[in-house]
Amino acid sequence: MASHSAEDPNRRDFIVILAQAFAGVGAAVALWPFIHQMNPDASTQALASIEVDLSPVKEGQAITVSWRGKPVFIRNRTAEEVKTAKAVKLTELKDPIARNEALPDRSPATDQNRTKKDKENWLVLVGICTHLGCIPKGQSMGDAKGDYGGWFCPCHGSHYDTAGRIRLGPAPQNLLVPPYEFVSNTMIKIG
Amino acid sequence: MASHESTYRPTSNISKWLDARLPVQRMMHGQFVDFPTPRNINYLWTTGGLLTFFLAVQIVTGIVLAMHYMPSAADAFNSVEHIRRNVNYGWLIRNIHAVGASFFFLAVYIHIARGLYYGSYKAPREVLWILGVVIFLLMMATAFMGYSLPWGQMSFWAVTVITNLFSSIDSIIPGLGTRIVQWLWGGYAVSGTTLNRFYALHYLLPFVIVGVVGLHIWALHVVGQNNPTGLDIKSPSDTVPMAPYAVMKDVFALSVFVLLFAWFVFYLPDYLGHPDNYIEANPLSTPPHIVPEWYFLPYYAILRAIPDKLMGVIAMFSSILLLIFVPWLDTSRVRSTKYRPVYKWFFWLFVFTVVALGYLGSKPAEGVYVQWARVFTAYYFIHLLVVLPIVGVMETAKPLPRSIAESVLGSPAAAPKHR
Ligand code: HEM
Ligand code: FES
Repeated sequence: MASHSAEDPNRRDFIVILAQAFAGVGAAVALWPFIHQMNPDASTQALASIEVDLSPVKEGQAITVSWRGKPVFIRNRTAEEVKTAKAVKLTELKDPIARNEALPDRSPATDQNRTKKDKENWLVLVGICTHLGCIPKGQSMGDAKGDYGGWFCPCHGSHYDTAGRIRLGPAPQNLLVPPYEFVSNTMIKIG
Repeated sequence: MASHESTYRPTSNISKWLDARLPVQRMMHGQFVDFPTPRNINYLWTTGGLLTFFLAVQIVTGIVLAMHYMPSAADAFNSVEHIRRNVNYGWLIRNIHAVGASFFFLAVYIHIARGLYYGSYKAPREVLWILGVVIFLLMMATAFMGYSLPWGQMSFWAVTVITNLFSSIDSIIPGLGTRIVQWLWGGYAVSGTTLNRFYALHYLLPFVIVGVVGLHIWALHVVGQNNPTGLDIKSPSDTVPMAPYAVMKDVFALSVFVLLFAWFVFYLPDYLGHPDNYIEANPLSTPPHIVPEWYFLPYYAILRAIPDKLMGVIAMFSSILLLIFVPWLDTSRVRSTKYRPVYKWFFWLFVFTVVALGYLGSKPAEGVYVQWARVFTAYYFIHLLVVLPIVGVMETAKPLPRSIAESVLGSPAAAPKHR
């Protein structure tokens, strides 16, 4: 149709390109609200932080609380469990990164970096297997705790140690340490 | 070839009037009444009709269920119980829909195996085959979202595990996978928000399937049906008109299949399901052994066979997507496996592999089960990527009959004149 070649564009070619670009950008802009509506909405994002009273949790016991619709594991570790967790060398870990939201991204996954100073018996973790999202077993007394004494995910067989670090199985990462702080000696605030 | 003039003759004044304006009756007559059908097609060629039937069944029962179902985390589980106990004939409609999904997949697996055995994917049927793979993917998405709707423990944890597959993208681009998963969920965990959107899509996708099925049948009627010899239609004596020959065969096969279906609907409605799905979804506790519906088990076995998260996900998706390339992976010049003495063995090994993977997918992911799942996963890919191209080149096919008619009637001289 066009009698003018690409080397010799005329005003009509220019208008066609302009119109196409306009329509393209317009379509992309119009698409965004339809994509973004599926992201977590304002009410979901606003879900407040929670406070948890730790005083009823005796040494060796664990409780599970719900935060942002996810289970959070809180374990009062025995001295023995803390000792085993500390004895593990970083080179033995499948995921050597702390995965602690309070620390810089690349911090090493030492037991210290997974807990709060002077409160090392308390381990607070998002109780979601980093493989495909099942809830690992190990919270109740009678549960299988896996080969490393922490948690065991029955879905595809991931074993976590007493610091919630992945040791065996398909899960790629250590259990996440959520943002939390001690507001008093026996009370934490998660979120 | 299949393209032919419709022999439709409008008789009444109304049909003459319509024929001159919108010749839909002429089209239907040409495509589904006097359409030339290979005279030798066997009962495996009735699965297409079965599938069309089950698509219609799912849509009709689904719309009825939607009149009583409530897609919220608080009400979903109870509303399904309400359908089963209180709604008039709700138990029947619900059983038909739930068992119907299983039979839909049973039919589609036979249909796909038929295509693989008789080389129905080979030129000129590549587009037809690819449209089939697209339908298969859409069916899987639909059934997956449908299974979330009763909001039982299996529903909830199946959604959790399968949507989490996308988080494996985090190991390529950190953070992106998590963003995608949260976008799918509409939150930081699977919730009623997720259920609600899955319901909207579960209602939509079957109608998308109807559209693609339309294209699939269109493509089929452009190139014509394959047949057990894999030979092209060369003369009218190779064919019979679709009605009544193929149609009656379809009706008979459908009756038998529906009898089996009815047995499950009335006597074993929950046999193919999982008892844990009658426990309401609990986001704080995973059932000890989660398994998908039976029709997803082979892919689940492939996912679990691979110890690395990202690679497992890639293997699972590519096991299905590879089917798209089968027309080009198979180098054989002969379509039908009937005339391929070497490939025949590999074909049945492949079928055995898929069944074995299905069995292994239902077992816990430990010990020998994982070892065997690895062996069969390896063969699954070796079959498609190595066996198909190599055997096709190496093998000497058996002599082919000269025509479809000859394969049925013996030598051409003995064949009676048809039409
Ligand atoms: C390709 C077609 C379809 C397939 C494969 C399919 C599959 C499924 C499956 C597997 C379930 C779960 C059944 C159970 O275990 O309880 C389900 C539930 C449901 N489907 Fe479908 N479906 C299809 C079409 C439709 C359509 C078109 C609608 C609505 C218009 C629909 C509405 C529903 C509803 C309301 C439920 C929840 C009730 C229940 O669980 O029984 N479905 N579907
Ligand atoms: S979800 Fe925990 S091992 Fe797969």
